[in-house]
Amino acid sequence: MPLDSKIPGGPISEKWTQHKFNLKLVNPANKRKHTVIVVGTGLAGASAAASLGELGYNVLAFCFQDSPRRAHSIAAQGGINAAKNYPNDGDSVYRLFYDTVKGGDFRAREANVYRLAEISNSIIDQCVAQGVPFAREYGGLLDNRSFGGAQVSRTFYARGQTGQQLLLGAYSALMKEVDHGSVKLFSRREMMELVLVDGVARGIIVRNLVTGKIESYAADAVVLATGGYGNVYFLSTNAMGCNVTATWRAHKKGAYFANPCYTQIHPTCIPVHGEYQSKLTLMSESLRNDGRVWVPSNKGDKRPPASIPEEERDYYLERKYPSFGNLVPRDLASRNAKIVCDEGRGVGSTGLAVYLDFADSIKRLGKEVIEARYGNLFEMYERISGSDPYKEPMMIYPAVHYTMGGLWVDYNLMSTIPGLHVLGEANFSDHGANRLGASALMQGLADGYFIIPYTIGDYLARTPLPKLDTQHPAFKEAEQAVTDRVNKLLNINGKRTVDDFHRELGFLMWDHCGMGRNEAGLKLALEKIPALREEFWKNVTVTGSVGELNQTLERAGRVADFLEFGELLVRDALHRSESCGGHFREESQTPEGEAQRNDDAFCYVGAWEYQEGGTPVLHKEHLTFDEVSLTQRSYK
Amino acid sequence: MKETLNLTLKVWRQKNANTPGKFETYEANNIDVHASFLEMLDVVNEGLALKGIDPISFDHDCREGICGACGAVVNGKPHGHLPKTTLCQLHMRHFKDNDVIVIEPFRSQGLPIVKDLMVDRSAFDRVIAAGGYVSVRTGSAQDANNLPVSKEDSDLAMDAAQCIGCAACVAACPNAAAMLFVSAKFSHLSLLPQGQVESKRRVKRMVYQMDKEGFGNCSNEYLCEAACPKGISVSNIARMNRAYFKSGV
Repeated sequence: MPLDSKIPGGPISEKWTQHKFNLKLVNPANKRKHTVIVVGTGLAGASAAASLGELGYNVLAFCFQDSPRRAHSIAAQGGINAAKNYPNDGDSVYRLFYDTVKGGDFRAREANVYRLAEISNSIIDQCVAQGVPFAREYGGLLDNRSFGGAQVSRTFYARGQTGQQLLLGAYSALMKEVDHGSVKLFSRREMMELVLVDGVARGIIVRNLVTGKIESYAADAVVLATGGYGNVYFLSTNAMGCNVTATWRAHKKGAYFANPCYTQIHPTCIPVHGEYQSKLTLMSESLRNDGRVWVPSNKGDKRPPASIPEEERDYYLERKYPSFGNLVPRDLASRNAKIVCDEGRGVGSTGLAVYLDFADSIKRLGKEVIEARYGNLFEMYERISGSDPYKEPMMIYPAVHYTMGGLWVDYNLMSTIPGLHVLGEANFSDHGANRLGASALMQGLADGYFIIPYTIGDYLARTPLPKLDTQHPAFKEAEQAVTDRVNKLLNINGKRTVDDFHRELGFLMWDHCGMGRNEAGLKLALEKIPALREEFWKNVTVTGSVGELNQTLERAGRVADFLEFGELLVRDALHRSESCGGHFREESQTPEGEAQRNDDAFCYVGAWEYQEGGTPVLHKEHLTFDEVSLTQRSYK
Repeated sequence: MKETLNLTLKVWRQKNANTPGKFETYEANNIDVHASFLEMLDVVNEGLALKGIDPISFDHDCREGICGACGAVVNGKPHGHLPKTTLCQLHMRHFKDNDVIVIEPFRSQGLPIVKDLMVDRSAFDRVIAAGGYVSVRTGSAQDANNLPVSKEDSDLAMDAAQCIGCAACVAACPNAAAMLFVSAKFSHLSLLPQGQVESKRRVKRMVYQMDKEGFGNCSNEYLCEAACPKGISVSNIARMNRAYFKSGV
């Protein structure tokens, strides 16, 4: 099937306005006759469910957490971008669009990104009206800051908890619709299968995580807003429950998976410290404004940092990138940390860490100033690591944070399965090969509040949707498949735990498909992953039974899907033999060792089609750049 | 400092809401002092799984102290003994070798036990659905800067809005009151001009729902504030009570 992105014609600034006019409408009296399923209640899912409920659709909202308020959007710290230009520093919709296309290293669709920038301002208005307590100035107006190296101050924030406050805003809108009866909430439900009838998405199968019961729900359209797949790496900044199951199940039913190899590795996380470790904690990258990154100049120098004299320290970011120094973009900061550690100059007990040192800033500005700027972060660091960053340098290391890849969607956010729409981090659409800071929250809310409410109406108005319920054979068949799979997991009775397999997969992915990738390593991973998957299905142990709350079983199902998905991620990375965005291919670098993009060969979205028992097929959506000309990024 | 600990855990095990529970004793050996409390439980659970024993169920997700999923009463204190700390952010270096640690779920009529350390907090969602929102439709908002809010009010609203909905306040309260949770949401919205239009209706409905869920009332013990991982102030309860009396109930 050829990929049709359905990007409207006309000048870029008119596309969305014109498109909205061309979309068909559903008569207000008919809206309540349409049922829409929304899976996931993060920024994208909660805002979509709330907005569709307000329009009058009959909405069923699902989440695996005990409350929709706990979706992982809650953990975003930094902020949300918008082109308000309140600071009068030269921002505009066009500039936000331009920066985002360039920041994505020219692997996103211009039309989508323009629409995102255009909508950004309405998001801020909406959130403020809901009562989101963004930071304000003494005059009572909203405060902005510069974030992630942007040259204008366009980031709105609520202390270090912007994601929490935006999510609680979307959650309150969702609960308002629950109160009004237009949204029905199903928490502690995990989506296990997508149901297609005549090739169209018509429902889902979920497992009730409390009773263990397999339940079916039918609808006229399905919306997935189920987040990213960073946990394929086992250790990441994602919440423990984040998983690929919903999108992977949809992929196996025909939805193409686009650019799975585009993952974002965040440079400032607390390093790995032991076997038992379950997750990595991100420290805001604002720390790089006043912290200096260094390692010892000599290999294997195990002296404590204070005993290493100035001339035996290598401030490698300042040395290599004199104009940006410690403020280079995320991908460069991460990659260079890996390079110095690979050279044997890493610090800490594992040798997989670099110093982030505030001694100079404390000397220059005083402890009070540093405390005012970063007090809460220093406290968080000390709480986790047990070391005081006012006295000794922090240790940091990169960690998997966000995934730009996801299910392929057209301009209407519909996947290659008719009726299946995908929002937020779960889709691939707007960040290209690298996401800029404070853009994830913007995209999730743009999709949910302001795009899907328009485009889903067009789908429902145009598509003949015969009445059906969960007695339809397609539901019975899908239920049976889910039951069989769950029983199979419970009956293996092997000798290794679920986490043990997950950990091994994660380390494989990190070693061969992490910050740096090369053909030999990727090919090795492509051999090892299927072998590990085979062992999983023979030797995993899952305790308990199906008809009860069983957290081991939940994890086993997710890891089983990661074991399939990981292979696709590696396959995508192998085929894309260029470096771009957060994706560094060692064979493709400039003479100075910087990332070398290859626009002639790879200026496309790579969308994979699942083949039962065979090799996935790659489909290409070629990208054209009419507004922003293709250039190589340089931060020297 | 010793880098590992040997501990004895006394853990509340309860199969489901309808089966009585009891304490079981487990040994947790060679626990790294840098592990978090939940990572310590992970290690114990891995051991149980290999022996074919059902692992201890507990809610958890972000493990960064923000999602509000985790929480248990540890040696009598919700989220353990460290102030302003969720259970996932409590690290084992704050315990001693050979400690006996008693772990049980948050207990309250309004929070029925689901399994082991997991409780049903859906009452909190129902309280929010009873008015813990501003009635604004998507698309009907004015420009964000048309509505100035004093920095003081905005900061106070943010202090209250930080609540993570973990329910430690209920577990800490001798009356199993949810007043800190409910008043934090009420205060967040009533301190802002956006939230004032519906304020009277909101306070009546939220308090009604809170009572209906079986939570008790406040008798000024302030144990909720002491247990709150975000340090939410009891002054929010006073603010809600004032508004409630003025609402003409």
